[in-house]
Amino acid sequence: MKLCFTAKGATLDSLSEDRFGRAPYFVIVESENGSFEAIQNPYADGAGGVGPKAAQVLIANNVKALISGQVGGNAKEVLAAAGIAMYIYNAGGSVKDAFDQFTKNTLVRS
Amino acid sequence: MKLAIASGKGGTGKSMVAANLAYTLSRTEPVTLVDCDVEEPNLHLFFPAPATTTEVTVPVPVVDETACQHCGLCEDFCQFGAMTVLSSRVLFFPELCHSCGGCMLVCPNDAICEVPKRIGTTTISTPPLNLKLISGMLDTGNPHAVPIIRAAKKLAEGDPLVICDTAPGTSCPVVETLDGCDACILVTESTPFGLHDLRLAVDVAARLGVPIGIVINRSDGKDQTTLEFCTDQDLEVMMTIPFEREIAAIQNRGDLLCRVQPEWQRAFTALLIKCKALAGGD
Repeated sequence: MKLCFTAKGATLDSLSEDRFGRAPYFVIVESENGSFEAIQNPYADGAGGVGPKAAQVLIANNVKALISGQVGGNAKEVLAAAGIAMYIYNAGGSVKDAFDQFTKNTLVRS
Repeated sequence: MKLAIASGKGGTGKSMVAANLAYTLSRTEPVTLVDCDVEEPNLHLFFPAPATTTEVTVPVPVVDETACQHCGLCEDFCQFGAMTVLSSRVLFFPELCHSCGGCMLVCPNDAICEVPKRIGTTTISTPPLNLKLISGMLDTGNPHAVPIIRAAKKLAEGDPLVICDTAPGTSCPVVETLDGCDACILVTESTPFGLHDLRLAVDVAARLGVPIGIVINRSDGKDQTTLEFCTDQDLEVMMTIPFEREIAAIQNRGDLLCRVQPEWQRAFTALLIKCKALAGGD
């Protein structure tokens, strides 16, 4: 299952980013084997409507769950309609830390 | 002539200048005053009168799900994230839509049509004298002020003397109001904030090619920095209104300086003459 972590950088050691639509990177981790790829968010500096646009990136990449600090109303609506689960991680650690929390099932669903 | 009253900084006295200018001039000629501060219109408080209200709408898309093939072309086209196409349905966010009509044009299946959506109102009233007051008012929660301003300005089209009171700031609502005006009065105050925002407003008006004149309001006599800026930019200070408790009191009770202290009418008449000179007219 593909998980998307919002991040300030492009690796598993990068710090997590609390914002969804304006996150600099989406680090997409395959939960089965821990492999990952990073996508630079093209809407990080967009003028408006970045939430739904960023959600469209996740849909296009077949992501099944998003782990982020906070997700705005419009983005939430798109993600919910697309069947993408949302989990809150705002402890300020790395993507790896967030991934550990997710696998331990300690994150709250948004 | 079409004249805009702007400022950059909020609370410098745009509406005070606009209301007194319109009041004074309307004693001798027809004046149309347009309240383009559509998020917080307040000129009607100075000129209470029965008003006629008209709805302002913008076109927004509606998707016919039976004709839609969910190809995603509308989503790709929309730069504002207003359309998201899922495998079996389309999500539309009206508050993100800029009513450009592009989604309808790119749809290969003619599955999109447009319907009007209300975003606010315009009101027209004719208080006594020769004054026509037009106010734009944006509905609460709606983010798009520009179509309301456009509708309000359109109602004044063809009128001989139009005074547009702008919103504070230097963003889209101000640009839309200044666009097409023959001259612009920038009302400022002699504070660091006033000067900072005056610089921005001068830059915007200059880029739009609208001639600028300055009014200093609430002057405590220490206007040196502002005066230096105006000299440096070759801008005329057309009027200075002093910082006086009585002027503030008149304003605060919704009255007009030029009504209570008619000697001020001469200064506002002179202001119009200077604006006409700025605009290169008669």
